[in-house]
Parts: sequence; C-alpha cells; structure tokens
Amino acid sequence: MTPAKPILEIQNLRVALPEGGDRPNALDDLTLTVNEGEIVCLVGESGSGKSMAAGAVMRLLPEPHVRVTQGAVRLDGQDITALGQREMRALRGDRLSMIFQEPMTALNPQKTVGWQIDEVLRLHTDLDRRARKARVLEILADVHIPDPASTYNAYPHQMSGGQRQRVMIAMALVLKPRLIIADEPTTALDVTTQKQILKLIKDLQHVHRTGILFITHDFGVVAEIADRIAVLRLGELVEQGPAAQILNAPQHPYTKALIAAVPALTPPPEKPLVDAPVVLEAKSLRKTFAARGGLLSGKRAPVVAVKDLSFQLRRGETLGVVGESGSGKTTVSRIVTRLLESDSGEVLIDGRDLIAASRRELRALRKDIQMVFQDPMASLNPRKRVIDLIAQGPIVHGTPKAEAHARARELLSLVELSPAAADRFPHEFSGGQRQRIGIARAIAMEPRVIVADEPVSALDVSVQAQVLRLLADLRDRLSLSLLFVTHDLRVAAQLCDKVIVMQKGEIVEAGPTSRVFADPQHSYTQSLLASIPGRDWEPPVQALAVK
Amino acid sequence: MGIHLPPVLAFALRRLLQAVPVILLIMIGSFLLLKLTPGDTVDALVGDMGGADPAFVARLRAEYGLDQPVLVQMWRYLSKLAMFDFGWSYVYEQPVSTVLLDRLGTTLLLMASSLSIAFVCGVSLGAFAARRAYSLTDNVISTLGLVFYAMPSFFLALLMILLFSVKLGWLPVGGVATIGAFYTGWDKVADTAMHMVMPTMALSLIYLAFYMRLMRTSVLEVSDLDFVRTARAKGASPSRVMFHHIMRNALLPVVTLLGLQFSTVLGGSVVIETIFSLPGLGQLAYTSVVKRDLNTLLGIIFLCSIIVVIVNFLTDLVYAWLDRRIDLK
Repeated sequence: MTPAKPILEIQNLRVALPEGGDRPNALDDLTLTVNEGEIVCLVGESGSGKSMAAGAVMRLLPEPHVRVTQGAVRLDGQDITALGQREMRALRGDRLSMIFQEPMTALNPQKTVGWQIDEVLRLHTDLDRRARKARVLEILADVHIPDPASTYNAYPHQMSGGQRQRVMIAMALVLKPRLIIADEPTTALDVTTQKQILKLIKDLQHVHRTGILFITHDFGVVAEIADRIAVLRLGELVEQGPAAQILNAPQHPYTKALIAAVPALTPPPEKPLVDAPVVLEAKSLRKTFAARGGLLSGKRAPVVAVKDLSFQLRRGETLGVVGESGSGKTTVSRIVTRLLESDSGEVLIDGRDLIAASRRELRALRKDIQMVFQDPMASLNPRKRVIDLIAQGPIVHGTPKAEAHARARELLSLVELSPAAADRFPHEFSGGQRQRIGIARAIAMEPRVIVADEPVSALDVSVQAQVLRLLADLRDRLSLSLLFVTHDLRVAAQLCDKVIVMQKGEIVEAGPTSRVFADPQHSYTQSLLASIPGRDWEPPVQALAVK
Repeated sequence: MGIHLPPVLAFALRRLLQAVPVILLIMIGSFLLLKLTPGDTVDALVGDMGGADPAFVARLRAEYGLDQPVLVQMWRYLSKLAMFDFGWSYVYEQPVSTVLLDRLGTTLLLMASSLSIAFVCGVSLGAFAARRAYSLTDNVISTLGLVFYAMPSFFLALLMILLFSVKLGWLPVGGVATIGAFYTGWDKVADTAMHMVMPTMALSLIYLAFYMRLMRTSVLEVSDLDFVRTARAKGASPSRVMFHHIMRNALLPVVTLLGLQFSTVLGGSVVIETIFSLPGLGQLAYTSVVKRDLNTLLGIIFLCSIIVVIVNFLTDLVYAWLDRRIDLK
C-alpha cells in the first residue's frame, strides 16, 4: 500500500477561551493529522477541548468569544483558517461534514428527513429536483434504512434513535466528503444500536476512503474503531500513536490512568451470600402506563412497562438491573421506592410491605430504602448548602438539628469530601463530587437498601471508577444492599454480584454476574454482550493499576 | 370508534362537543352575575323617562318577564338561546341578533387588523433583533418595545388623537366613516382604512411589544439548538438558517400566546371602540351595561365566547400545522 495522503492537517492549533475562564486556551498547540481512509480517535474527558477541536476545523466556534489565535488547519493542503465565510460555507457539507452526538436533537423536528438531506444537495450541487431525490434515496439505502421511499417523507420524531443517527450519517455522506468529523456519534445510543452504527461508519469509510476524526470519551468504542488514537487532556495532546500501541502499551501516565479506569469485563467471583438475610424482595410487580383519553380526548394505547417482576436482594449484595432504553429498568427502580405506584405485587423490606403501606408507615419505611439518581446536578437543590442537603432527611425523621449536622460532616469524610464542602452550594462542585454528595445524602438515613439509577453514567471514566469504588466500599463497610440500575454492562460487570437482564418489561435472564457474562443463555443477553464495544480488548494496564 | 373520520374532522367534532358545556357554563355564570347587579332594564327605562308610577313599573316588569324568579328567567332565556334566539333589545327596539350583526363587522375588522399587524411586525422585529442580539439595533428595538408595553392603550389613543387629528389634522378623530360623504367602492374602502388607522395602532402596539419580546427570546433559544448547528455544518447561509430552520420552530410559543390573547384583545377593544366612537361590539357592550340591556349584553357574551372557542380551535390547527410532532387527537 502506498503511503496514505494526509487529508486533514492540524498544526500548532491554539483556541483561546474568553478571559476569566478556568484556563486561557481551550486547545494549546494541537498538532494532528488524519490520512485518507483512516479513523483517528480523539479521546479525552469532559473539558479536554475535544469538541473545540471539531469546532475549530468546521470553523463553527462560538466566535468571537472563542477563537483560533494560532496555527493552521489544512484540508487537502489548503489552509482553511484563512478562508472567508462564503468559501467556508461552500466547503461545509461538501468536502467537510459532521455527525453530532444527539440524533434526537440534531435534526430539525419540523422538516422531513428527505428535505433535510436534500438541503445539502441543494446547497452544493446544480442537480434538478428529480436527480436530487434519486440521490437521497440512494444514500438512504446505503446507510441501510429500511424502505427509503417512505423514510424520505418521515419526520425525525417518527423514527428511532438509531434510524435518526443513520439519517445523520446519510446527510454527512451524501456528497462523499473528504473528511467527516464524528462528535460522540454513538454515545446516546443503546449498545446493540451502537454496534450497528459503528460498523456502518467503518464500512462506508472503507468504501469511500474518507478520513474520519472520531471524537469520543469511550475507550471501548476506541478499541472497536480506531486506526490511530490521540489523547487530549485540558487542551493539550498528551499522546498519539497507532491504536494497538496506545491501547496495549500506553506511555503517558494520564493515558495509563484513563485506560486503567475502564471497567474490565471480568465480573467479581461469586460471593457466598446464600445465608445472608433477604433485605428487599419484590414479588410479581406489574406496572402499566394506562391508556389515556376517552370520548372527548385522544386515545393512547396502554404501555406495559414492567410485567410480573420478582427478585430478591440479600444483605451486602449488589443486584444489577441491566437493559436497553425502554426495557423498564428505571420503572423498576421507581416502583421499589414507591416513587411510582405499581399496579400489583409486593415490595418487602425486611418482611414489611412497602406497596400496601399507609402514608405514615411509608414514611418510616422510606428511611430504609434510599435512592441515588443519575444526574447529580438536577437532583440536588441548588439553593441549599451541602450540609443542609445531607442533614435534611434525618431532620425530617426527627433527629435534632445539631446532631444531624454533626453526622452530615462525618458523612462528608466518609464519601471522601473535605469538611469545608459542608457550607458550599452544589454548583461549586464537579460532577463526581456532586454524586458523592448524593451518596452521602442517601446514607445519611442509614438505609438498608440503596437504589442507584444510573449513578455513574453522567460521569467521566476516571471519576466513574472512583465513584464505583466508593459505592462498593460503603456497601461492604455498612453492609448495605445495592439495587444498581445501569445500561453499561462494563459497569455492571465491575460492581454487581448478580444481574437481571430486562427486555420490554420482562426479565429474560437472571443469575450471578460471572455466570451470566461467561455463559449467557437467552439470545437477547447474548446479543447485548456481543455488542459491548471493545469486548475483545482487555485493558492491559489493569495489572499495573492494582497495587 | 366505529366510524372513521379524517383526523381533522374528528378533532373538530370533538372540540365542538367540548365547546357546548364551556359556553353553557359561561352563559349561566354571566346570567347570574348580571342578575346580582342592582337595577334592571325597567329601572334604566324609567330613569330615562324621568320617573313613572309604581303600577306602570310593575306592569312593565311583568311584560318583560322580570317579575319571575331568577331561575325561571334563566331557563326561559337559555331555552330560547338553544334555538339561537337572542331575544329583543328594549333599548334599540330591534332583535338582538340584528343589533349584534350590525356591530360584528367593525369589531372583527379592528381585531383582525390589529392582531395581524401586531403578529407580523412583532415576529419580524423580534427575529431581526435576535439576529443582531445585544447590538445597537437590538437595544433600540427592545427599548421601543418596552415603551409600547408600558403605555396603556387608552393613553396612547388619546396622545395619537392629539397629535394626528388635533395638531396635524391628518386622520379623523373617530367613527368608522366620514359622515355625510356617502362614499362607494374604493373610496369607501380608503375612507374606512383612514378611520381604522389610529384604533388599530392603539390596540396593536402593546401586543406587538409582547410578540416581539417573546419572538426575540424564542429565536435566541432555538439558535442554540443542535439542529441549527447541523444546518450550519451543512453549509447553509445565515439567512437560510434563519428562515428554514429557526423561524418555524421559534414561532410555536408566539402562536400559543396569540391564541390565548385573542380574548384579551376583545376586552381591549371595548376601551378603544369607546374612545374612537367606533360602532362595534365593545362600544355596544359598554352602552348595554349602562342601560341594563340584559339581552344585548348576554348576546355579546355569547358571541364572544363562540369567537374565542373558534379562535382556539384555529390556533390548535395552526399549531399542529407548524409543529409536526403534534398529532390532532
């Protein structure tokens, strides 16, 4: 093979942030090359400036607040930082295109899919209406959309997330650009869909010899798709090289730490918990979101979110509830805490039924079962100090204020936050720290069970590892039981003793994590496990990280 | 359901059914409220005549059915209303329906013109201000909006009369046509337009300010959405992004407000019509209250509630047409 031609060359690029930010430059001295037919993954945690790199190449930075102050971006040898707005517009969508993260919001809700792809052709070609339509139908077929003709007239909300992302890809590919920038294109998708989309991107890129700058935070995805990898930290490139080298023999300590934080796919050994008492038991739970409407308003079909669900959770045990979106896993977490009323069934905490409890009994029972939520920003009242947030629960349940506050300060050190944190407000903390506050708030009630609904999915991978370690540690020290709802099978493998796999409101498989992962019985579990990105790659530094 | 109707028709039918109890409640409520006010038609008539002997007053009451218990009066009125019989106006000595139809045109003209001006100008100024957000243009437009917004319409109306009619003499002070001119054809249209300029402006400016502010915020909000970035990544020019991607999405909250405010505009027209002595429903309502002309007043209320129901229905239709995610159910 002849040496590949560079498509994109970024040279000593510097992007300045407005004054008063946490650092002067979003990107500092970034040099990066994408060759023809190559996928370069730009990896970094939130705030690393990876999306700024995309913005700088597309020239879509929020100027003049954020602007390129130094360096060159060359597309096929032509420096595009010097181009005027009009020339740049001619380039975008034609030789340079972009795929965004959220297929849900990245398409105009008021225009048909066909119109939106057609717009690219209208802007950049002289084709007539008929030719354009033929081309759109062709590209829709290329991205494997079933029935392109009817999709042409469909609105984005009528399609699934995966289909919408296919449309985005079709839109990016329709003029066979030289370079595609993909900004976290699969982050919002379920694993099985993610696998298909990654395969699609790889296949199409192979056929068209397009260069792809693939921005992601997920090393699993990187392992799946990258030819070369560049690692970014706080705007600086710390390491770049061929995929195999970075993944298996990283040199820079930051890369090593990042890879070490990726949860391995090896579940913990089975715990001998058979004799531990059952703390939480669910018996044939059922929840249907009722059909709405009647004579005078619209009708909506009933949705069965959970049907006939039973499980047992023993003391000190972690039970993972895994499944894709729409599987009913979040509904389960809401029902067992009775934030949502179930239609039938029982939830027993130490033998006392939560579902049938009266208001007064419920309040006492709530003490024993606490929740940790997904979004640590949205679940903490922004107007209250941390100490009040943590002490509020015990105070409501009758603990004297002074005692509750003293206990709250202890809890802060338990979740590894400094005591000074007590008098600050939630917005002064990072996502990981906020999730620690959320956990402290939950254990302040001294519960028997903690229900955690995707507690780490909004966090960066290194922070995620810390929070998971903290949860496991607290569980062992306080003999808590965890009901852990997650879509991330790597996280489940890391933490859970047992898992139940849900699909469309039903448990398709349940058992010890190690057994389910090693030898899945149900076809759905098999396909879920086969879709984990980078499942063939064993993070190598794991051995080093264990001290 | 057994019968399959096109969604729009089924929707219309359902809304029609929903409207019946709404209007019924409005009528019952207004009837009872009006009966609570001291004085009735006979008092007003006798007052105008400068007094009469009690026997005559009692006979008059019996003749008009005003001696019956309130509930009986209400039942009689509602059963006639069910057959769209609005009764007789004792002030105008005409059937109420005739009186109403005479006045409806002027009010509808006033409302339609002021709302369309408010909507079109508000939306375009708002979008324009948002595109140049925080610039001098934006500041000038926003400040003007604030002035319109803060100015009561009756005060604005008086100022305009003072300036354009009294000082400059460009526009007529009031009325809907030049008295004694008897224009026909296009002259009549031009004459009416001249008379409508000031009332329309006075009524529309405050709403214009509403829509402008809302549109400006809405455009700024939509401009930050992902699909706008997608459009720019496709290479669309700023004006194309504005017209094809931002406007339609940004219009949704403005349309909601438009539908909601229609009834307030009806209320506002009472003041404006009185000031400019326009023979419309608003002015009629005012005189009917003074003269205790219950039948006419209830007729106006009935007509207005029907107009509001129809406008709400139309708003929903427009909304569904603008926002493809909404199903007419």
